[in-house]
Amino acid sequence: MARVGVFVCFCGANIADYVDVPQVVEEAKRIRDVRFAIDYKYMCSDPGQQQIRDAIAQHRLTSIVVAACSPRMHEKTFRKALSDAGMNPYLLEVANIREHSSWVHQKDKKAATEKACDLIRMAVAKSIANEQLHEISVPVTKRALVIGGGIAGIQAALDIADARIPVVLVEKSPSIGGKMAQLDETFPTLDCSQCILTPKMVDVASHPYIELIPYAEVLELQGFVGNYKVKIKKKASYVNFKTCTGCGACWQKCPVKVPNEYNMGIDKRKAIYTPFPQAVPNKPVIDAEHCTMLLKGKCGICAKVCLPGAIDYKMEDEIIEREIGAVVVATGYDMWDPKPYEEYGVGRFKDIITSLEFERMVSANGPTNGLPLRPSDGKVPKNVVFIKCIGSRDEAKGIEYCSKICCMYTTKHTILLHHKVHDSHAYVFYMDIRAAGKGYEEFVKKAQVDTGATYLRGRVSKIYKKGDKLMVRGEDAQIGQVVEVEADLVVLATAVIAPKDNPDLARLLGISYDKYGYLSEAHPKLRPVETAKAGIFLAGCTQAPKDIPETVAQASACAAKVCGLFAGDTMKKDPMVSTINNEYCSGCQNCVTVCPYGAIVTDEVPMGHGSKELRTVAKINEGVCQGCGSCVAICRSMAINLAGFTDPQLINEIVSI
Amino acid sequence: METVTNQLVSIEKPEIVAPPNWEPVIMGILCNWCSYAGSDLTGTSRIQYPPNIRIIRVPCSSRVDPWFLIKSLQTTADGVLVSGCHPGDCHYISGNYYARRRFLVTKKLLNFIGYHENRIQFSWVSAAEGPKFAKVVAKVTEDIKKLGPLHLYKKENFEK
Repeated sequence: MARVGVFVCFCGANIADYVDVPQVVEEAKRIRDVRFAIDYKYMCSDPGQQQIRDAIAQHRLTSIVVAACSPRMHEKTFRKALSDAGMNPYLLEVANIREHSSWVHQKDKKAATEKACDLIRMAVAKSIANEQLHEISVPVTKRALVIGGGIAGIQAALDIADARIPVVLVEKSPSIGGKMAQLDETFPTLDCSQCILTPKMVDVASHPYIELIPYAEVLELQGFVGNYKVKIKKKASYVNFKTCTGCGACWQKCPVKVPNEYNMGIDKRKAIYTPFPQAVPNKPVIDAEHCTMLLKGKCGICAKVCLPGAIDYKMEDEIIEREIGAVVVATGYDMWDPKPYEEYGVGRFKDIITSLEFERMVSANGPTNGLPLRPSDGKVPKNVVFIKCIGSRDEAKGIEYCSKICCMYTTKHTILLHHKVHDSHAYVFYMDIRAAGKGYEEFVKKAQVDTGATYLRGRVSKIYKKGDKLMVRGEDAQIGQVVEVEADLVVLATAVIAPKDNPDLARLLGISYDKYGYLSEAHPKLRPVETAKAGIFLAGCTQAPKDIPETVAQASACAAKVCGLFAGDTMKKDPMVSTINNEYCSGCQNCVTVCPYGAIVTDEVPMGHGSKELRTVAKINEGVCQGCGSCVAICRSMAINLAGFTDPQLINEIVSI
Repeated sequence: METVTNQLVSIEKPEIVAPPNWEPVIMGILCNWCSYAGSDLTGTSRIQYPPNIRIIRVPCSSRVDPWFLIKSLQTTADGVLVSGCHPGDCHYISGNYYARRRFLVTKKLLNFIGYHENRIQFSWVSAAEGPKFAKVVAKVTEDIKKLGPLHLYKKENFEK
């Protein structure tokens, strides 16, 4: 026989003003199975909880109903009170008489009181069918997967590995380093990007706890937090990294020339190549789209000149599997293609370049030995026009958001231009200068004074050619006039956009993304590095545009989250999972189809007691089950039940009023 | 088949006039992550709605078995509201799609066995849509009031 205790809360005046609490208690006492009912000013306070604990012992209660605020608010608090009294915490039910009654029926006390009584009747009826449940312990695989080897991925991998947790770092391209490896200097300190990045890249390659898998992609992720299984496709590099010494004879002799992605296509690389001299790992790969040996079976020079014999034209994509416990996604960003700016002559005029192209030119290891040169005639430009917000804050042609870094990198570019070409002059067309960040405003101010750059507030409406110069026509809103600048070179500060593969990756990982393709965090303010899926974290620009300090901070935050997840040997999991009664299961496998987590598999059990014949039944993996109950409703033979929300519990609720 | 359907006697009895003080009982089955949170928000924002609804919490709208709906109508409720996350926003990835399909079939079943299909209503209310929840409840209450009582034989209804 059930012995239910009902505890009705005043919640100060929140409930008591609109619900007749003493009457509710009287009504509750009349419910069958209720052995004890009492009210109190604040049930969630310590004396309130003490009343529950005392009553459990005194009245030998078998389940508890607390009529108070929403269970989303204090269910945990009251469950703990039950545990403290030596009772199974899942024998608690909360009747939500505040959010669902007193606060929403403030003008009708009678109806609110009646409703509160009904809600308590329902909770009592449900609680009678409650079962003792126990938290599930799930073992944790202490290995993290980091997707993307830019500065975000590198920082996250290093921080996790420094905590002696093994890391698998998967990078799409042949080398780690990402966009930061393409930068010359970084704002606002003008640190040389290579000088601060390459030591970290080397650390990644040599770290005993990091397994670096370059030139690879994630194909599939299965499992759940702490117990993921990932399939990684290692793309065929046609070079055996184990025997290759990285001497470079192959790419020096290769006859096929291809635009060099690292230098934004300004110069050429070979079909067998290392992306840049400081690449990690510093081993070449063959670009299968351009290698004549792979395409037509002719050439084979690289194999001839390779003394260790590392070239293998028959190499195939390899699929490897790793067991991991957590994932850090750090896929970075792309630059927006300014093609829609037709009035600027993008694509028609060679001397209009993007800022990343400018960055490569002024880089010490760039294609022009650090000098900005006009693509049309190779001359050093004197007048350079920088146009900001190309694509950013432009709903018509680009995207609505601010790309955050363009103001700062354009300021940096004016300084770099001034350093490289002393007699040059920079003109900057801008909408606003957004320099929020440590030392950023000072950097912009100093740059304006040092370089003497002309800042023009306004948009450029048209660019046209006059001789070998480009005429940039725009508005200077501060004097309210149209201005024209004669430019040798125009640099477009293009917007930061999400990598185009992000939606596919998000679907594969089972996380969400926004309308721009950025991966969504669990909460924009309070959970900025977690995703809605437990055990998957976001670092860097894959979540939103960021500068390097913010990216590094978020990557380290991811590492802290991963380390926290792996702190114990097991994880505690809510016991509200589905269970299958084999006696009833007919093996139709409808539940297998509907389960969104792949938590249900099939199993073979004997036909009958001692029988050798087997029949198929469904089997639930408690660790994977998230407790949605889809399988319960689909089960025709009613063999499945969801702990905490069983059929008897819910039906009891329905028929109780 | 058609003739059989025609011969079915509807459970609905339009000729029964509800007593003047009659108030319908509506069973609200809400998913924990969106609609239940949304209904909590209605409370915290003190938005008032008709007191006829009795709310049951389930983890996901896909947990709702058509059995619950029929059982509600058979025993206690004059109408049922089931509410889940917006399509595409399900906390459990795809649960509300299963729910949506199941409900469409349930409506047909309801018609077949002689209940008015509006006795069961579905809505999508997110955790941020407190005002929407109040509107949904008001509308459902009004619809059910129009349909009239299912449980006139209940004792308290006579007392009123």
